[in-house]
Amino acid sequence: MLRFLTIRLSLTLITLLGISLAIFAVMEILPGDVAIMMLKADATPERLALLREELGLYRPAHVRYFDWVSGLIQGDLGVSYYIKQPIAEILPRRIFHSVVLALFALLFGIPVAIFSGVWAGIRPNSFWDRVVSTISLVGISLPEFVTGVLLMFLLASTLHILPPSSYMMPGETPLTRPEILIMPAITLTGVLFAYIMRMTRANVIEVMQSQYVRTAVMKGIPLRRVILRHVLPNAMLPTVTIIAQNFGWMLGGLIIVENVFAYPGLGQMLLIAMRTQDVPLLEVLALLVTTTYVFSNLIADLVYAAIDPRIRLS
Amino acid sequence: MVTGFNMADFLTSFPQVIYSRIAGIGRRGRVPLNLILRTQSGRIALPIVLLHLVLVVGGAWLAPYSFTEFQYKETGELQQFLPPSTQFWLGTDQFGRDVLSRVMSGATSLIIVSTAGALVGISLGTAVGMSSAYKGGHVDNLVMRVLDGLMSFPSLLLALLVITTLGPSAINIVATVAMVTVPRVARVLRSITLTLKELDFVQSARLRGESTSYIVFRELLPNTLPVLGVELSVRLSYSILIVSSLGFLGMGVQPPSPDWGLMISQNAKFLSIAPWAGLAPAAAVASLVVGVNLLTDGIKQATGLPQEEKPS
Repeated sequence: MLRFLTIRLSLTLITLLGISLAIFAVMEILPGDVAIMMLKADATPERLALLREELGLYRPAHVRYFDWVSGLIQGDLGVSYYIKQPIAEILPRRIFHSVVLALFALLFGIPVAIFSGVWAGIRPNSFWDRVVSTISLVGISLPEFVTGVLLMFLLASTLHILPPSSYMMPGETPLTRPEILIMPAITLTGVLFAYIMRMTRANVIEVMQSQYVRTAVMKGIPLRRVILRHVLPNAMLPTVTIIAQNFGWMLGGLIIVENVFAYPGLGQMLLIAMRTQDVPLLEVLALLVTTTYVFSNLIADLVYAAIDPRIRLS
Repeated sequence: MVTGFNMADFLTSFPQVIYSRIAGIGRRGRVPLNLILRTQSGRIALPIVLLHLVLVVGGAWLAPYSFTEFQYKETGELQQFLPPSTQFWLGTDQFGRDVLSRVMSGATSLIIVSTAGALVGISLGTAVGMSSAYKGGHVDNLVMRVLDGLMSFPSLLLALLVITTLGPSAINIVATVAMVTVPRVARVLRSITLTLKELDFVQSARLRGESTSYIVFRELLPNTLPVLGVELSVRLSYSILIVSSLGFLGMGVQPPSPDWGLMISQNAKFLSIAPWAGLAPAAAVASLVVGVNLLTDGIKQATGLPQEEKPS
């Protein structure tokens, strides 16, 4: 296990280096000139020169890249160009908001998804299986912004039970006003629910046909006990990976959901950074999101390897 | 060359049968339309997808008004936020434009851009995946590392980053969608090619001294067709999601073009006074993606390929 862990960790570090290089290349080398991109219509020669001086753009690209990465490693994230504050100061609050939303969605979504998956899986092709499967197909199909707008229309505009926007006044946190989390969390869960549910369902169907489940049933063990003790542990193996992978995948959903509901998290900040062409902030945010994604995939692999010895030994 | 008796066909027919059993596909790897229509998903999907295709071809022409035309009363007053009526079937938006006409005209750009992106991505991905698997060794290792690197970005984030630097034009969006698609398709095609190239009919083609291009185009590619069909459908639905999401975030086609995603984001704030303006384009996107996903299910059932896969 230790050897597996070292190999995977070092591979992850190499991937992260590659990713930082890719982000830097996309942002600063691809279009030719960051200064022109950031200033757009305001680009007079003097202002361009000033901005290039400020960002140190006169230095060659590889020098800037190593400066950036070594700064990141030492905890110096740079200064946001648009907000004019050190990035390390504005990030924590946003990270906190996004993490609260993601955890809320996961706590809400995973149990429901697993339960529905098992429910549908033990009676394949029954009426309830069709209902749950149809809901999951719609869940996979609907883009987050469509689900979000539909919820907003139903719960906020028509029934008036929830606030239409998750905007927060200064001093407020999602913990003081938990009701603003409900609609974003349901939206975020939509796709997550569908994948976990479909995966659980498929696994349960497979396990239900196995010899050991048949033996257990024929021994006269009550069905409820067979499902809890024999089917569920085996069916959960692949589902664990799906959950961990989905956590990373949810990060993409955060970008949309936070913008649908004006929820002040990382995703909303990312879009602000894009609209204002705030390259220093954008680079850090992109790296942060991607790092989380890579690490959740790593955790997925590790969990899977811990459960299934065939993976870590191969 | 062997005449009369087709040696290549004879040799391929045996492993073909075996592989067909594995993947449950028909001879020569074709997925006939009537097989798809025999599945329930396929029967529901086809009319939905066809309706959208009609809109792609003639949406703007069939629409009752122009999608940029401001509707005035005879008194010269702008007809903002009119509820659905016989004159404006889906009402009007904040600028007094006919919502139905805008929804009908919006299919063209979204579907053409998504399809082009998916097609370019699949072609490149197939080329990369197949040649990487066929070459093997260091080349294969290197290609796979690069692809893994690309896949470690969430697709939407990567698309947004590239669009931010390149600017939101149709060509750039197509390129971005292709870029997100390539690694995912390449991985699938690579693993199939790795299995296929060990099979006897490929080995015997090699021993006959056939050229690489013959082996790739006559032996390998035809056998990947059912998988490619599923990939096309799956990737198309992801492309539609990405392109419409870009539109919603304001990074897609720029106004006043009738982009569904953009229409939803512009009208979301008027949901309590004019829900039709936001809900109509939402229904359009939703029905399109549901249709394509049902079609995917239909193709999978028709070919017998596995139903579940992880999100990407």
